[in-house]
Amino acid sequence: MNAPGPFALRRFMGVALALGAVIVSLLLTALVILAVGASPGEVFQKVWEGIGFLPQGGLDAGRFAGVVNFWIPLALVSTGLLITFTAGLWNIGVEGQMMFGAVFASWIAREVMLPGPLLVTVELIAAAFGGALWAALVGLLKTRGGVHEIFGGVALNNLANIFAIYLISAPWQPPEGGSAHSTPPFRSEALLVPMEGFPVSLAALALVVVGFLVVAIALRGTRWGLELKAIGKSDRSALLLGVATHRNAVLALAACGALAGLAGGFRVLFTYASLRPLVSGGIGFLGLLVVLLTGTRAVWVPPVSFFFAAILAGSTRLKIALQLDQSLAGVVQGILVLLVILSNGVRGRLRSVAVPPARSAGASPAPQPSAEEVAHG
Amino acid sequence: MSVELREIHKTFGPVHANDGISLRLEDGRIYGILGENGAGKSTLMKILSGFYLADAGQIVIDGRVTHYDTPLGAIRAGIGMLQQDPLDVAPFSVLENFVYGYPGGALPDWSAARARFRELDERFSFGLNPDAYVEQLTIGQRQQLEILRLIALGVRVLILDEPTTGISAEQKEVLFNALKRLAHQDGLTVLFVSHKLEDVLDLCDAAAVLRQGKLIGTVDLPVTTGQLVAMMFGQELSPAARVDAPLGQVVLETRRLTLVGPRVTVQNLDFQLRAGEVVGLAGLDGSGQELLMRACVGLLRPQGGQIIIKGTPCEGLPYRAFLAQNVGFGAAGRLEEGLVSGLTLMEHFALTDPTQGGWIDWERARRLTEERIRHYNIYGRPDSPVETLSGGNQQRVLMALMPDHPCLLVLEHPTRGLDVESARWIWEQLLARRQEGTAILFTSADLEEIVTYSDRILVFYAGQVTEVPDSRTTTVDELGHLIGGHRLERETHA
Repeated sequence: MNAPGPFALRRFMGVALALGAVIVSLLLTALVILAVGASPGEVFQKVWEGIGFLPQGGLDAGRFAGVVNFWIPLALVSTGLLITFTAGLWNIGVEGQMMFGAVFASWIAREVMLPGPLLVTVELIAAAFGGALWAALVGLLKTRGGVHEIFGGVALNNLANIFAIYLISAPWQPPEGGSAHSTPPFRSEALLVPMEGFPVSLAALALVVVGFLVVAIALRGTRWGLELKAIGKSDRSALLLGVATHRNAVLALAACGALAGLAGGFRVLFTYASLRPLVSGGIGFLGLLVVLLTGTRAVWVPPVSFFFAAILAGSTRLKIALQLDQSLAGVVQGILVLLVILSNGVRGRLRSVAVPPARSAGASPAPQPSAEEVAHG
Repeated sequence: MSVELREIHKTFGPVHANDGISLRLEDGRIYGILGENGAGKSTLMKILSGFYLADAGQIVIDGRVTHYDTPLGAIRAGIGMLQQDPLDVAPFSVLENFVYGYPGGALPDWSAARARFRELDERFSFGLNPDAYVEQLTIGQRQQLEILRLIALGVRVLILDEPTTGISAEQKEVLFNALKRLAHQDGLTVLFVSHKLEDVLDLCDAAAVLRQGKLIGTVDLPVTTGQLVAMMFGQELSPAARVDAPLGQVVLETRRLTLVGPRVTVQNLDFQLRAGEVVGLAGLDGSGQELLMRACVGLLRPQGGQIIIKGTPCEGLPYRAFLAQNVGFGAAGRLEEGLVSGLTLMEHFALTDPTQGGWIDWERARRLTEERIRHYNIYGRPDSPVETLSGGNQQRVLMALMPDHPCLLVLEHPTRGLDVESARWIWEQLLARRQEGTAILFTSADLEEIVTYSDRILVFYAGQVTEVPDSRTTTVDELGHLIGGHRLERETHA
């Protein structure tokens, strides 16, 4: 019978497992690339260049700005999802919340006449409000109607997209008529302004930083954060300790929805300058993957989401350079997420033999309800 | 089959749960495994049954050193354990539960399994219906099912962890007869982990006593209860002294209260509880007493009637409204209802401290936690995750989290699973609060506890309530007759 390792050894094992997961996922990706008849080395190099690292050294500001502009909404959404994950909620509805934020921002952009900076501020507030509203609906369906947030979220995602398509193809259609492609572009004073030389919106970047700091501090230092943590680990016990579990679930969802709404607003006010169907572009789901990897450890959210954004933005060059579809980047991410979750599972198994309670919570990176709730869903 | 444990060591963080335990177990005997909470008996049994791996030491079966690190491995080696909460699968039938783990590939031979089940069931006169669903069974019947399953898997050493908690007197008799037959006729080794010394004296041939992770000794029974207690604690103990408290105003009143549960209905209950009064609710599991407890804290909405707390009608209000009335509730399942697994002690105290504002003052939370740890004698640190504490310490934490001067405490099984000393300590705390005017409503499966600490007793039998107005004039035997109704046979299909 082996003695279980001391704490330091177990910690080392955790790091080794995570590193191993990254290495194995790179190897598997290389295999996938070989299977589609390309050279892994060439693909990795093109992705590297796509991020903006030039072969002759130096950085292509335009390409790198592309990464940052993809990262901004992803970081906003992931930050929001940190809140719901802490509370043990699976906010699958985050995509719909982005779309609703986008719709609200578009509405202000089309209908309200104000000087530029003030208009953009109002648009962003409306976007946050729209996302929060759509998320609170998921929360009310859950707490009042007994609809699990996964099902409520899926239904509302669909509804939000249909609503956006209706707006685009009927009341907000371009004057030349019936296109379901997008609304006409918004006036330039209604849009977020890129910086000179580095086409990124400073205001949006500031929003990301402030949003992240506020959420990280709220989750760590406030009573509300502690209440969400308790609910996430056992909502029954939290209720019996006097925590308002229903109200907090709705609030957590609404806070996440506000950040998702801002992300949606960014997509219409910067990325597209118009409202489009599926304006969220899967960024919400990507955010779920980010938080699945980081768990409730907030500090990891910015770097991990940046890594995802870099791979995705970098791989847009694959099609031009190697005639490979950029969905390959999705394969890389999928494999990576699966392997990291797997390595967490392996670590959990190893630990369950060594530590008294089978579920040694606290250090577990994925939120507690994950396994059970997904199994039900 | 002889089993020998040699120099078993197991540590959890700073706690040396098993400290070099060597124990030899002969076949055909029933051993009581005794010790206070945290003495290491559960750990030892979990090592023997493959749930934990020992840090060091050997398990020797029939003279051969044996290795296994899963419950399945232990069962293959002939050792099976009956958990405190039977590990069956509720939405399945008795027969389906019986079959799982049964060898025979993906497609079980149902008729053979049914025949085997009937044969074993008749042999022990359990009277289980193979087609009943497990969720309809009582805890006692689920234990019986689990015993049959383990026997069918060829287990030669049977470990039972606190099996007499939550089962009726009749079921206990059936269980003890079955265990005696298994040991004395079939030659199995039975290990019986319990806090109830009477049960151990009733059933066992020998007792092994653990204290602070070490084996104090093994004695052949019978000996006196006092001798066993002395081995467990190093001294003899008596229950906490009870002083009659002056009764105050009516704190809790129910008027024509009607409660509907899944199996039982309580109708038109009129009942009053005064400040400083202790009322025990006796009855078999699921007789309606838990409905009353939960209704009195807002966790169960009454079907009719009134619940009045300090003159305010509260029926239909949520749990938090009852908390706001200064009512404290301690649920039976500590880690399911009450303590949050994964939060530290300090986080628990910060969460429930009404003086904490929106920003948590962690320094103050730490001071409060340290103060509570001292005051309540909790064996743990402010940053210990609550699930790493032993059952008795978790109960102390639960007590420490309750409001300081509650007007009413509603407690489900406040000392379940605790050793004599911890239980006595809990009651000292409760009786002290009662002196300050707190009214206490509690349930317990231990009739002795109810008779000892209650002023009045409400006996529940299938939703019918009988009051014993003065507990000093009743006895455990009389109470036992009342809670059993007229020698009630609890059927699977109620």
